[in-house]
Amino acid sequence: MSSPLSREDVAHLASLARISLSEDELDRLGAELPAILDHVAAVQGVVESAGADVAPMSHPVPITNVFRADEPSPGLSRDEALSGAPASEEDRFLVPKILGEEA
Amino acid sequence: MSDLTRLHASDLAAQLADGSVTSVEATQAQIDRIAAVDGDLNAFLHVDAEGALATAADVDARRAAGESLPTLAGVPIAVKDLINTVGQPTTAGSKILEGWVPPYDATVVTRLRAAGLPILGKTNLDEFAMGSSNEHSAYGPARNPWDTGRIPGGSSGGSAAAVAAFEAPLALGTDTGGSIRQPGAMTGIVGVKPTYGGVSRYGVIAMASSLDQVGPMARSVLDAALLHEVIAGHDPRDSTSIDAPVPSVVEAARRGDVAGLRIGVVREFAGEGFQPGVQRRFDEAVAKLADAGAEIVEVSCPSFTHGIAAYYLVMPSEVSSNLARFDAMRYGLRVSPDGNPSPSAEQVMAATRDAGFGDEVKRRIILGTYALSSGYYDAYYGSAQKVRTLIAQDFTAAFEQVDVLFSPTAPTTAWRLGEKSDDPLAMYLEDVCTIPANLAGVPGINVPIGLADDSGLPVGGQFLAPAQADERLYNAGAALERLVPAPVLEEVVR
Repeated sequence: MSSPLSREDVAHLASLARISLSEDELDRLGAELPAILDHVAAVQGVVESAGADVAPMSHPVPITNVFRADEPSPGLSRDEALSGAPASEEDRFLVPKILGEEA
Repeated sequence: MSDLTRLHASDLAAQLADGSVTSVEATQAQIDRIAAVDGDLNAFLHVDAEGALATAADVDARRAAGESLPTLAGVPIAVKDLINTVGQPTTAGSKILEGWVPPYDATVVTRLRAAGLPILGKTNLDEFAMGSSNEHSAYGPARNPWDTGRIPGGSSGGSAAAVAAFEAPLALGTDTGGSIRQPGAMTGIVGVKPTYGGVSRYGVIAMASSLDQVGPMARSVLDAALLHEVIAGHDPRDSTSIDAPVPSVVEAARRGDVAGLRIGVVREFAGEGFQPGVQRRFDEAVAKLADAGAEIVEVSCPSFTHGIAAYYLVMPSEVSSNLARFDAMRYGLRVSPDGNPSPSAEQVMAATRDAGFGDEVKRRIILGTYALSSGYYDAYYGSAQKVRTLIAQDFTAAFEQVDVLFSPTAPTTAWRLGEKSDDPLAMYLEDVCTIPANLAGVPGINVPIGLADDSGLPVGGQFLAPAQADERLYNAGAALERLVPAPVLEEVVR
């Protein structure tokens, strides 16, 4: 499957990934990504020629969910948790507005 | 240069144990060495002389009091700056975490502290471990001590340069697609990627969680094994941590006997793209292993050549998800968009991620976002997961015939800074030999096998073993190390 990635496509992906790419970055990624996608798209042909059903592998070892015992144990203190915050106030993370003005 | 800095960790440990040297002396020697050469190497992003000397003094006092101490107590170590350390910044080589000091230690760091290893500082890396040259560090590239105009490999390039240039006898690296083994090859040192799940990832900044693994870097196979035993073993804080005994790697490193060992040479890792000087050193190493009694078998692993394609889908997909946590809210950089007096959280997020991430990180996030998009998921990510199965099946079939696989670690020796910067795909192709092990979760080791006759630079040989058979790597590696002595750097080549 060949899927040329337009500059608009890159801009859309950047918005999904929450990165405000500059115009220059959009140009550069728009030029670089098709060559990389061309290379990685080879996996489709490999899977087709493998014929029989190949199971997908998401992880190298069998995984089961792991729970610890439901017993209280010390975690980070409030000060430790806030120690790297860009801004905090009244023992809480201070963040920009998350709702529109009219909401 | 003080002789102390040139000692193997095992020899330094013996001298510490018999009292002929103190940890404070050894640690101070490393700090002096770092001060003398790191201006040329940029291997360290942060040096903690005070903290390292305090640990050293504590170990010396306990030893003087007659306390029985772990083998490596007092032997200094450098830690890749992707691994959380309380009291020292952890940047992941990124502007988005500049100055961040973690509120908790990674489990591997907890274990280093418990074993009494003074932590000299944090080493340079490609941003978030994304790269094969260290040129993607936001803090400038680390340089190769064999030629400071060349790359030290990556992403654990700072750790490799530090160990190769005698700034530290030991270092921790991380390996997602070859990031311990390839810089080991480029700088002529030993580096091990343990079995996936063999070493805890708790407190290690995640790049691609199904591939990442922490491992030892050192100037001898035995030294790497001693460090492996310190950091390995089950950790309830990592759900992928294997709850089984740690393979006896130190015993295997002391044995080092390949008589009767079946060694598979991977047919696909030769020919086009492989530097002739690398191939010649590799062929000589194979011949010496055969002379020492190993049974050499040519094996074919046809899916290995598709490893890069699968890797550059699986890894960016996981990256795009893992790096979503850098959202400018709870830690790290926060940047407000220009000309917006009252930006929303989402606008701040997008502006911060543009300002804080470098080109390679953005490239991989966008690629992963695309591979996981509705309509493309099956064709890209889904197919890559199936190729991953094919690669694992190739390993299973190969290990029915042989005990270990052997190949060059990298197709070339170290290239010049900037040589591949404009061609991301060319850089990705350098990881052809190392990636299959990460996709399948099996362990691998780089062992230096001399200097290439065409470039004069270090060449590495890679052994791969079945999952949880890490001791086979150390046995074969120690034998190879005796047959082909590692090249010794006289002094940093500026």
